Amino acid sequence: MAKRIDVSGLSAYYGSFRAIDDISMTVEPRSVTAFIGPSGCGKSTFLRTLNRMHEVTNGGRVEGKVMLDDEDLYGPGVDPVSVRRTVGMVFQRPNPFPTMSIYENVAAGLRLNGDHRKKDLDEIVERSLKGANLWNEVKDRLNRPGSGLSGGQQQRLCIARAIAVEPQVLLMDEPCSALDPISTLAIEDLIGELKSRFTIVIVTHNMQQAARVSDRTAFFNLAEVGAPGKLVEIDDTERIFSNPTVQATEDYISGRFG
Amino acid sequence: MSRTAVADAPVDRAAPPVSTLRQPRLPRWAPLGLAAVAAVLGIGIGLVGGLDSRLQWGLIAAVLYLGLTAVLASTVEGTRQAKDRLATSVIWVCFLLAVVPLASLLWETLVRGAKVLDGYFLTHSMSGVITLEPGGGIYHALIGTLEQVGLATLIAAPLGLLTAVYLVEYGTGRLAKAITFFVDVMTGIPSIVAGLFILSFWIIILDFGYSGFAGAMALAILMMPIVVRSTEEMLKLVPNELREASLALGVPKWKTIIKVVLPTAVGGITTGIMLAVARIAGESAPILLLVFGSAEINNNPFDGAQSSLPYFIYEQWALGNEASYDRAWAAALVLIAFVMILNLVARGIARWKAPKH
Ligand SMILES: Nc1ncnc2c1ncn2[C@@H]1O[C@H](COP(=O)(O)OP(=O)(O)O)[C@@H](O)[C@H]1O
Ligand SMILES: [Mg+2]
Repeated sequence: MAKRIDVSGLSAYYGSFRAIDDISMTVEPRSVTAFIGPSGCGKSTFLRTLNRMHEVTNGGRVEGKVMLDDEDLYGPGVDPVSVRRTVGMVFQRPNPFPTMSIYENVAAGLRLNGDHRKKDLDEIVERSLKGANLWNEVKDRLNRPGSGLSGGQQQRLCIARAIAVEPQVLLMDEPCSALDPISTLAIEDLIGELKSRFTIVIVTHNMQQAARVSDRTAFFNLAEVGAPGKLVEIDDTERIFSNPTVQATEDYISGRFG
Repeated sequence: MSRTAVADAPVDRAAPPVSTLRQPRLPRWAPLGLAAVAAVLGIGIGLVGGLDSRLQWGLIAAVLYLGLTAVLASTVEGTRQAKDRLATSVIWVCFLLAVVPLASLLWETLVRGAKVLDGYFLTHSMSGVITLEPGGGIYHALIGTLEQVGLATLIAAPLGLLTAVYLVEYGTGRLAKAITFFVDVMTGIPSIVAGLFILSFWIIILDFGYSGFAGAMALAILMMPIVVRSTEEMLKLVPNELREASLALGVPKWKTIIKVVLPTAVGGITTGIMLAVARIAGESAPILLLVFGSAEINNNPFDGAQSSLPYFIYEQWALGNEASYDRAWAAALVLIAFVMILNLVARGIARWKAPKH
């Protein structure tokens, strides 16, 4: 199920401003890849180019190639809507739909795409909530609004919602930055479990988190404010944290800047 | 300043310790007490001075109230508290000043309108009634208002809603700017001009007759910009994160708008539409020009003259006799009640549909 992502020569723009420049990397299937780097270096922007959410922003534009196995996401005739069904996303702030119940939130991706088979839905909702380690906490209140949950539960609800549509890749943009340490731990455990089924890319500002959950780590940096962000290096997490090839990476990880 | 100075100064050991946190305060009933004193003084001055306008009494009392509050608070509590109390009092006085006309309008309408308002009045028309004598009713006008306003809403609400969706969700560049500009211009169109436009276009050029529908079109012109504006504001309040969450699930944009954005904003949107309805329900100018007015019941809004509540009020008032005045007031009361009920319904819907927390 999970797919390999192969990015080559990718630049992304906001209007005429180039936010990231000429990025190439490979993300292995069934692995967790962490993106680290100082604020504003384009981690979110890059992440959003991987499921064509970047172009949703006003003036958003992309150059380069993103291969998902052997299909170019930006090839002619590719429908961004189907791309997003294949590459799911979890956002920084938990964003359950406020008008929907917990059940409806998880079922949203399927229902809004016209899938109404009640019996299957029940099963998928249960499976997704279990997959997001939330089932036991919410099974008695599936019809209550999703916004009534705690922040950590809401974020797991959003993860359940994302995996309910059975994507091949799961992108997470700082999924724990709005959460307390215990909820963070719950989500980190979850990521460890999910990687057997999905290719996972996670942006994080937390070095320990990157070290704990990821197999590979990519370090992004920018020369100065207003300059485009670049990929400095990507390597096995262990190597990045013990013995990086580039000096800037070591400086960043040891807290000497950024 | 003076208080900190006291605290910093070497304290006389015999004196009790001076708290820098506690200060003398006026008792809690002070504002009410002062208001009562000011009211009594105002009435007294009014009586003694032989002022015959109650309004003058009230204004004198208000000024006295502000003065007393300022003086008392600054002597007892210090300048900062005095400013606070003065500001609070000014706001209360302004509030009362604003409420007085509204309340007296309601009261006046209630008292005068209740005289002839009954079941008969609501269920009979003016057909065959001698206007100099009591009797008759507003059934024909009620039907007219309901049909004209209903048709106007059927035209303006979908158009306005779709326009707002376009402006907020899709519109960028020149076309959106042009639409926004025209909506702004439409907001400022006087109702008589909207009426004249439909008159020249629909009745004079296209040669249709007077009808409720012609009036409804003019009302729709007045209603549409209000609906666009309020819907736009409500759609802008929907967090972008919700749109992105939906798009990221692989939901197409149009479905995201219908299933996520609009349901989240539906409370506010309905409120806006209801308020727009309330706003046009009181228009008389376009009705005068386009619906012509009638004493008979005409259930068909597409053919022939009708009446409407505002038109009925105008007509009865213009007749200028006791019985017609009574009918005008009663109709005014019904109109106000209609608008108020719409407002209440709008609020109810807004509360009922508000995103749950
Ligand atoms: N919607 C936007 N419009 C214009 N510029 C943006 C927008 N979002 C981000 N940027 C710019 O793109 C650059 C990268 O931002 P981002 O990808 O959010 O960085 P990170 O996630 O690494 O903190 C920054 O310079 C930021 O100012
Ligand atoms: Mg970011």
